[in-house]
Amino acid sequence: MEVAKVENVTRVYTVGKVETHALRGVDLTIESGEFTALVGPSGSGKTTLLQLLGCLDRPTSGRVSISGKDVSQLNRDQRADMRRGTIGFIFQFFALIPTLTAYENIEMPLLLDGHSAAERHARIAELLEAVGLGDRGTSRPDQLSGGQQQRVAIARALAVKPSLILADEPTANLDTPNGQQVMETMTRLNQDTGVTFVFATHDPRVIQYARRVVTLRDGLVAEDKRADKKS
Amino acid sequence: MIQMLKLAFRNLGRNRRRSFFSALAMGMALALLLMMASFIQGEMGDAIDLAIRLQSGHLQVRAASYDEAKTSLKWEDLIENPDQVATKVASIGPVAVATPRLYASGFVTTRDESAGVRVVGIDPLSAANAPYRDGMREGEFLTPDDREGVLIGWTLANRLDLSAGDQVSLSVNTSGGEVDEQPFTVRGIYSTGTSGFDSLTVLLPLAKAQAITGAENRASSIFVLLKDAAQTDAVIAALQAPGYTVLTWRDMNELLVQTEDLSASYMGFFYLIVLGIAATVIVNTQIMSVYERTREIGILSAIGMRGRRLMAIFLTESALLAVGGILLGLIVGGIVIAYFTRYGFPLSIEGFGITGMLFGDTIYTQLTVKDTVNLTLMSFVVTLLAGLYPAVLASRMEPVVALRAEK
Repeated sequence: MEVAKVENVTRVYTVGKVETHALRGVDLTIESGEFTALVGPSGSGKTTLLQLLGCLDRPTSGRVSISGKDVSQLNRDQRADMRRGTIGFIFQFFALIPTLTAYENIEMPLLLDGHSAAERHARIAELLEAVGLGDRGTSRPDQLSGGQQQRVAIARALAVKPSLILADEPTANLDTPNGQQVMETMTRLNQDTGVTFVFATHDPRVIQYARRVVTLRDGLVAEDKRADKKS
Repeated sequence: MIQMLKLAFRNLGRNRRRSFFSALAMGMALALLLMMASFIQGEMGDAIDLAIRLQSGHLQVRAASYDEAKTSLKWEDLIENPDQVATKVASIGPVAVATPRLYASGFVTTRDESAGVRVVGIDPLSAANAPYRDGMREGEFLTPDDREGVLIGWTLANRLDLSAGDQVSLSVNTSGGEVDEQPFTVRGIYSTGTSGFDSLTVLLPLAKAQAITGAENRASSIFVLLKDAAQTDAVIAALQAPGYTVLTWRDMNELLVQTEDLSASYMGFFYLIVLGIAATVIVNTQIMSVYERTREIGILSAIGMRGRRLMAIFLTESALLAVGGILLGLIVGGIVIAYFTRYGFPLSIEGFGITGMLFGDTIYTQLTVKDTVNLTLMSFVVTLLAGLYPAVLASRMEPVVALRAEK
């Protein structure tokens, strides 16, 4: 079943009179349960593609569908609603709200999605265990290591059981052991829950975890390679 | 909602000093406005009360031709058989007291100095003299048959260095248009707590004042105090008679009444200026906060928070700042006002003419519930309005742009 579909998508940024073509006509289909890496040099369009898949931005032309629904022309609030229930994000920086504890950070999307207190509590406990932070729920982000913060971010991304999780350079700010732990957590959750992961990276150590590697170059898909299991 | 409050509260806690000073700005503005309102209330309420008790009464009955500005003593401008008229007026239900008074201008001379005064002939037994009788500082009050005694105001006595028992010479205009001079003994010194009155007014028994001015059995006016000022209009109707004119305290204190009206609109303008200044502090704080938290706004937006909710977070922060500020303002303002309500604020305004306004030498602040509620609500609304622009700014941020921010 397809989770996301990108058809002949372009994205042009205009700054002053200068136009920058970030994507020049990309076609891509993401199937349910995939663990896909978007790779390519800086400026190849990885982040732009992730933003379009994540309904954070709208394409200049072409069509983006999430779970079969065309999201290309949704307004700001409709896109927010789409993100809330369907898409989870993991960012390069450890994107936690600094004033909230690990528990409360994970709780935020559940609150926005209208879950009851009991549901929230059960789900958060389950997620904290799943990312190996069962005892750190009351810690603030500044009391956690970079790797731990990123795992809280993964738990938050998973909170509302989205069909798609998008990660932009999730290990870029982590040392090797922490980066490895984050990737292993993501892999395990993908296998255990079947949630679809798409992540952008140019770190070869991360790419090796992917079962599908889509290479972007100059705003176009240059290569799309599938592996049955990680090498 | 509770989560929203929690989040807003913690956000304010990130930069406690800044939040405190922002709330303080609003608090000080509120405290200042409460103090101003209570001061004006105290001052104006006091001024009208003083003017009524000391000068105008609630009503005065005069001869139709009487010209107050000239302090006329011509017989045709005066009321004949004033005691009879006063008794008749006093018989009307809402009238508390009615007493004849004779006004004349003159000057007091001592060995070294002299001063222009307003001579008021009073019936020493009338209850309307309570402000002078209660304010006796030295000597004794007048008696109806006292032919040589005068009462001098405390401020005038100080200026002329007079004590009870001293001799003065009093020159008074007469009905014939001349000036008569006679020696008097300072029977006593009174203080009404109003320098503007005490520096100008010399009191004589009515009979003596009538004799020295040649007014014979006549008075300038019947001074009327009512049991309730609200009855003024009802009593006017009952007092109408040919040859007489009836003036209300509003007519006689026109300047004061106008000043009170003016001060109300002036204060409204003043409130807006002060709250406007405080509002800029709030706007500034919240805009800084929005820019400092741009990336967070991006994150919240990315996880599906709608613009309206983002706006609500920032507005909740403004509301919390407002509540904090209001509490600070009520505490600080309340303490200061309580002090001045009890001990008064020294204010000495001399040199206001008789037809001008009288202000007590001490203003006791009066904070009304209405002023407190109005100003508190106004501060709250202004703070929320001030927080609106930053909140809208946050809600309109594009998540992609916000996520790219450094913080």
